[in-house]
Amino acid sequence: MVSDIKKEFLQNKENKIIKGNEAAAYAAKSSRVQVISAYPITPQTTVVEKLSEFVDQGLMPGTQYIKVESEHSVMASMVGASMTGTRTFTATSGQGLFYMNEMLHWVAGTRLPIVMAIASRGPAPPWNIWADFTDVLSQRDTGWITSFCATHQEIYDEILMSYKVCEDHDILLPKFVAYGGFILSHTSKPIIIEEQALVDEYLPPLPDEKGWPHIFIDPERPMMFGNLIMPSGFYYEFRMKIHETMMRAKEKIMIAAKQFERMFGRNYGNGLIQNYKMDDADVAMLIYGDLAFQMEEAVDQVREEGYKIGMVKLRHFRPFPVEEIIEIAKKVQVLGVMDRGTAFGSPTGGPISSEVKTALHNTEKTAKILPMISGLGGREVTIDQQKDQLKILIKMNETGELPKDLLYGTLWHGKLEVK
Amino acid sequence: MSNTEKWKDINKSREKRPLVQVYKNWKELPPIPISFPIEGSIGSTGDWRIFRPIINQEGCNRCGICWMYCPEGTIKKKEDGSFDIDLQYCKGCGICAKECPTKNIEFKREDDLNGE
Repeated sequence: MVSDIKKEFLQNKENKIIKGNEAAAYAAKSSRVQVISAYPITPQTTVVEKLSEFVDQGLMPGTQYIKVESEHSVMASMVGASMTGTRTFTATSGQGLFYMNEMLHWVAGTRLPIVMAIASRGPAPPWNIWADFTDVLSQRDTGWITSFCATHQEIYDEILMSYKVCEDHDILLPKFVAYGGFILSHTSKPIIIEEQALVDEYLPPLPDEKGWPHIFIDPERPMMFGNLIMPSGFYYEFRMKIHETMMRAKEKIMIAAKQFERMFGRNYGNGLIQNYKMDDADVAMLIYGDLAFQMEEAVDQVREEGYKIGMVKLRHFRPFPVEEIIEIAKKVQVLGVMDRGTAFGSPTGGPISSEVKTALHNTEKTAKILPMISGLGGREVTIDQQKDQLKILIKMNETGELPKDLLYGTLWHGKLEVK
Repeated sequence: MSNTEKWKDINKSREKRPLVQVYKNWKELPPIPISFPIEGSIGSTGDWRIFRPIINQEGCNRCGICWMYCPEGTIKKKEDGSFDIDLQYCKGCGICAKECPTKNIEFKREDDLNGE
């Protein structure tokens, strides 16, 4: 994939060497977003900074750029903007995302297709601004579709795919596009910025003056929303509908990924997960975010030593790809689940590994699961460490025994130890 | 049936759309709860009232300040220029009594009126 990008990059003058955050900004520009609301927070700041430059230079004609006083107001103004029937975009990180929390529920409950880039960082205290997905994973139950990006190009591509899925009239849900703070947000790589005409063809048309089909602000068709519903009313059923829509979104995500590949030539598995050398693997690692990109290299190196190992990149956390994970767990003998994030007190301590175990409940003859955690708060995870992680899985497969230094069943890999 | 088609009724203009939509089950529901502005869509809010405003028609100079200030639009202007309070929806907030410049709106406890 890397060499393909290089070849394509050299052919096209439009392509750029830019940072991950700038890739998110370029994606918003390519998507012709109409309203951007912004409040700076490290490591996300350069996303909205770049967008303010675009708006200032007149590169995004007609786009409204709103400056507000807090993240809560960012999301509140996004709700107002999206209700009028506009394509909206914003970005945030860590504590800023937590401050938005109330409005995040409001967005999903109002079914507004807002897309938000998240340069993930570790939650404070102690203060931390480096890659850790606990921020976005802790927003698990807000009703937002959640995806992770592993490469710079994927940030750009995923934001385009997000509008395709979210604005589908059968879905209408908001989406987080998360990527590791600094590791992707502040490093530069060559990125293919697609031609505007192609992007316009791929994306659904911008909403017209009639707005979204279910909500609009129009004096000719007045309506009241955000109503109070008594327990005997349909509250329960409206919540049920969000879950049902989320599950249906899986299919739309797969279609969006397939159409994306046909149009732009970049493959992202089935959209929900992406397999790497899984065809003959009997040991596999499920991993997400930037660590997955480096893990491809580690898998290659371990394979050179003669082990049949594969990797599964989790692209979507909500909706959770249950069927795909069951299929993988039936095929391999040992499945490691690597988290870069925490869920304190959960069955495994890792947010994704808990989900994987839940997904496999009631399925017989599945792989042994080893929940693993590494790279919290931006702690460096080297290729050698990743090879070590893979070898732990291989050893587990050979001996049938769990590694020894587990903390309540989970391997916390790469912790500091002074000898 | 696509969702767009299912919700086409709510997209019609004020005159054309149905005032009440009946849903048999959760699958028929639109994605979010909405309501259309009609008189008394939340019920007879007059039931909430503790105090009742009573206009003294003889002293009233018909300035219309109460009519302008009423937050619920329950004060109606009659053809002869006098004002009447719709007690089915008046919540008894007392703003009209407070704002009346000639102090001709009395504010009485409902219990003391004995259902008059």
